[in-house]
Order: sequence, then C-alpha cells, then structure tokens
Amino acid sequence: MSTIDHSAATAAVALERPRKGMSVERAQGRIGVLFATPYTLFLIAFGILPALYAIYLAFTKKGAFVGFDNFLKVFKDYRFWPAVEHVGIFIVVWLVLLVVLVVTLAILVHSIGLRWFSGTMRFVYYIPGALAGASSVMLWLFVLDPTVSPVSWLLQALGIESFVGAVDASRLPIVLAVIAFWTGAGGWIVIMYGALNNISKDVIEAARVDGAGPVRIAWSIQIPLMRKWIAYMVIMSFAGGTQLFVEPRVLAQASRGVVGQDYSLNQLAFLYAFKQNDFNGSAAISLVLLAVAVTLSIYFVFKGGLFERA
Amino acid sequence: MSAHNSEIVGTRSKDLTPAAWLGRAVGVLILIVFALFFVVPLIWLLIAPTKTDRQLLLEAPFALGDIGTLISNWQSLMTFQGGLIWTWIGNSVFYCVAALVITLGISIPAGYALAMTEFRGRKLLLVVTLIVMLIPSTALVLPIFLELSAVRLIGNPLSAILPFSFYPFGVYLTYIYFSTAVSRDLLSAARLDGASEWQVFMKIAMPLSTPVIALVGFFSFTGNWNNYFLPYVTLPGRKAPIQVGLAELLSNVPAFNPTNAASTTITLSALALATLLAIAPVLLVFLFAQRYLVSGMTAGGTKE
Repeated sequence: MSTIDHSAATAAVALERPRKGMSVERAQGRIGVLFATPYTLFLIAFGILPALYAIYLAFTKKGAFVGFDNFLKVFKDYRFWPAVEHVGIFIVVWLVLLVVLVVTLAILVHSIGLRWFSGTMRFVYYIPGALAGASSVMLWLFVLDPTVSPVSWLLQALGIESFVGAVDASRLPIVLAVIAFWTGAGGWIVIMYGALNNISKDVIEAARVDGAGPVRIAWSIQIPLMRKWIAYMVIMSFAGGTQLFVEPRVLAQASRGVVGQDYSLNQLAFLYAFKQNDFNGSAAISLVLLAVAVTLSIYFVFKGGLFERA
Repeated sequence: MSAHNSEIVGTRSKDLTPAAWLGRAVGVLILIVFALFFVVPLIWLLIAPTKTDRQLLLEAPFALGDIGTLISNWQSLMTFQGGLIWTWIGNSVFYCVAALVITLGISIPAGYALAMTEFRGRKLLLVVTLIVMLIPSTALVLPIFLELSAVRLIGNPLSAILPFSFYPFGVYLTYIYFSTAVSRDLLSAARLDGASEWQVFMKIAMPLSTPVIALVGFFSFTGNWNNYFLPYVTLPGRKAPIQVGLAELLSNVPAFNPTNAASTTITLSALALATLLAIAPVLLVFLFAQRYLVSGMTAGGTKE
C-alpha cells in the first residue's frame, strides 16, 4: 500500500495539483489496488505459478537440476515426432478450411439484404458452438458411423464403409478439422461479420459506382480491411490447434485403438503424467506447447494492432 | 446498419443483370448448404432419443420415433449406475455456478480498476492480462494439474472451481466496456458531489454494467460447462462434470466397445439422449441470447 501512496504523492507533487486532487487520486489508487488484487492473485495462482512450476519440473529430476535432459528424453520418444506431425497436418487442414470458408461465408452473409435471413444464417452457424468439448465429438461419433449416420449416403459416396474406416489414419486430420470447424466456425463468422459492419459504407458505395462487382469489392476492399481479424483467427486457431486433446481422446476410446492414445502432443503429455508417472517429462512437453502459445500471444498483442494497450 | 444495407440491395435487386442474379443465387445456395452442414447433426440428435437402436440402424435417419421409446430410453439412462448422470450434471452445475459467481466477483471490479482508476502496475497488469487471455486455456491444464497435485487439491471441487474462476478475457471485456461505454466525467461529477470511491463504483458504475456482466457471465458459464480437459485430469470418477461423464458413458456402449464386459450397458439412443442432456443448458442459454450472439459485437468490442 505504501508504494501506491508514494507514487500518487509524487505524481501530485510533480503536477502541483491542489490538495483535493491529490486526495482523490490517492483514493482512486487505493480502490484500484483493492479491486485489482483478487484478480491479480488468481492471475498469479493459475496463470503464472503453474507456468513457473512447469519450468521447474521440466528442468529437474527428483529435485535435482538436469538441464535439458527431460526435453531430450521426450524428443527421443518414438511417439513424439509422429504426434507433432499429426497435430501439424491437422492444423494446416483446419486453418485452410477456416480462412477460406469463414471469410467467404461472412462476406456472403453480410451481402444478404434480408435481415431475418442473414440473422438466421448467423445463428444457425453459431449454434454448434454450444457443443464444444466432449459433446461435439460424441455427436460426430454418430455422424461418422455409416450404420446410424444422418448422412450415410455421403459417407458411402466418400468410400467410408464403417466408423473405423471414417477415422482411418489417412482421413483423421480431415475428420478432426471438420469437427473443429463445425464447432468453432460460427463464432468466427459472427466476428468477421462484425468486422465487415465496421467497414465504411461510403467506401463500398464508391467502389460500386466505379463499377466494381461484389467479387472485386470482396477481394480489393473487404478482405484487406479484415486482415487484422483474419490474422487474429489464424493465430488463435494455430495456438488452439497445437492443444488438440479431447477429440482424438474420445475417438481413441470409440475406435478400438485405431486412433492412438498418443495421437496428439497433449495426449502424450497426459500419458507421461498419468501412465508413466513422469511429471518431469509431462512438464517438458507442456512447456514446449506453452512456449508456442505464449510466443504467438505476445507477438499478436504487440504486433497485431487489434488491442489497445492503454 | 443492416437497414442501410438492405436499402442498397433492395434498390439494386430490381435491375440485376442475369450474371449478377446468378451470382447472388449461387451465394444464397452456398449459405444454405452450409446451414445444413451446421444444423443437420443437431436435428438428428433431437430425433435419435425417440428411437430404439434397431430403428436407428434400419429406419430413415430423420424419421421420428415415438414418445414411448423416448421414455424407455430416458429410464434406461436414469438407471445407469443409480442415476449417475444426475450426479454428473449436478457437479457441472455446482462447478460452473460457483465459478461464475467468483469470476464476476473478481473480474468486474478488476476491469473497472483497469479502466477507471490509476494505480502502480496498472499497465503491466493489463498487458499480462492480454497475453494470458490469448493463450488457449488448455495450454495451462497440465501445469495447473501439476501445481494442484503438489498442493494436494486433486479430487477436491476447488480444483475445478478455482481455475474456472480465473478468466482474463472477462477482465479484458469489462475493461473495454468501462473505457468506452462509461465516461470518466460522469464519475468525476459524482466525486465532486461528495461521493466516495466505493459509492462511485456501486451507485454509478455498477448499474451501468449490466450488459458486460451478462456478456462475461455468458462466456464464462458456457466455456466452463464445455470444459473437458481440466476436470478430466483433476476430478475423476463420481466428482466428474457431465462432459467427462459423457466420455465415461461411451465406454459402456457396446456398439463402440464390442469387447466390453460391463454388466450395465448403454444403448446408442441413450447415449444420444445423454449428449442432448449435456448440452441442454448451454443450448438454452444460446437460444435466449440469440439476438446478441449474432450481432458481431465481440468484434466491435475490441475495435474501439
């Protein structure tokens, strides 16, 4: 508390504020600290401390410092690089789906004049967001099983004869990307729609008067002006994609081992902690993933231009 | 905004060239095809619990079953391990509501403090909040698990409630809301009238903050309800929330586990019903919040 009083006092002296101003500032500083403290404690307990503890575990073994040994061990694990590859392919497929389809659908929805139609479409796209987590995978177990699927004709047309066939290694990244797209795309479409609403009508109208068609307007005006938001979506989805866990885990359980228990990096980190009782190895993998997420996040906060850092 | 838009389209649609008309028709067609993609699995999920497994396998996917079958599916799900599904749902409600209360209790004041007051470390707190907010919550699950197991909290409801309550995005939303929607002059005027800082917050800021409380509450509740990874590692067995329980049910479905020798089994229809129950609260919240969800205000929120 004393440091706060001190800073408020110096500020007041520097500006030669009247006495009343000083006391108001002090009172504000006090209530600011009071209000921010509980949140700051949570931030430390569930944001910063876990990260520090994971760093400690990742560089030690039975309490003794071992340098990069834990990292070398997991990098040499025969399951590690295949998991990196699985996650990498999934992310590429998913990001392509997201960028192409979200941008297209947002622009199309935005171009619709009928308010009820546009609103209904956005809501229909958004609803699957209610099923994030295990429940969306559960529903997709049914959709992907040709014996009960509502779209079994489509699965058969794609040459999928059984559920196990649907989650075959060659199809799995696509299946995971489709599930992730189904669950999350609606939220992004709504966000892009909001971004499109922020584009000045005059600019669009001027382009129209100059004879630009809808495709030209989308390509030369709307998409460039949505760039920050598209970058936001890509970076957030990339960071989220590296965390792949619940989808392959539930699919692994349902597919009798066709999808591996060690398919993704988080699953592998989970196995280290829960099956091998190796918290140090688990922390090492988590830390690699966390480092990717923190790097992307810091980069975006400072370079993305989307957030005001007052 | 949309009204202005429709005006433009309205006047134009009368004198569309054939090519432009075709372009718009293709656009609408694409929108409808994707609407089907998003909604067909959900419609199927609403229908499935009214059928028996045999009907699911043999009948047309969108043919309705009957109420009797729905009731018997309900009963078989409810008798599974003595109504375990209600324990799971009860757990979810408990964890999510407790976390909701704590989240609002700490986020709203913190967002207010960041937006409307000056204190040492304010900028640092804001930047750290932004950075942590953009990190996927799953990235911290195993580190949080390791931390909680070091302090022996695993298996305690707090091991879900406390991490659920840490919600930097909520603080950021509140910060943006107070900085843009509530004027500092208004607060200064109240201070000149002799209001204390506490009164300024309670009497001026709080009554204005209903929209942001609703928004933070919505994201916090739905996010926590759907969270699988964290409670999966910190709260096993009977303490699990419904999302974890749902995956647990799956291991009792013979169709997906032919070698399973469990005495009580779950039919496909009962699993579909359980999935529907698991998503029902969030689905209801979505339906009620429909108008706000599709307005794209989250984009506007961060823009200004």
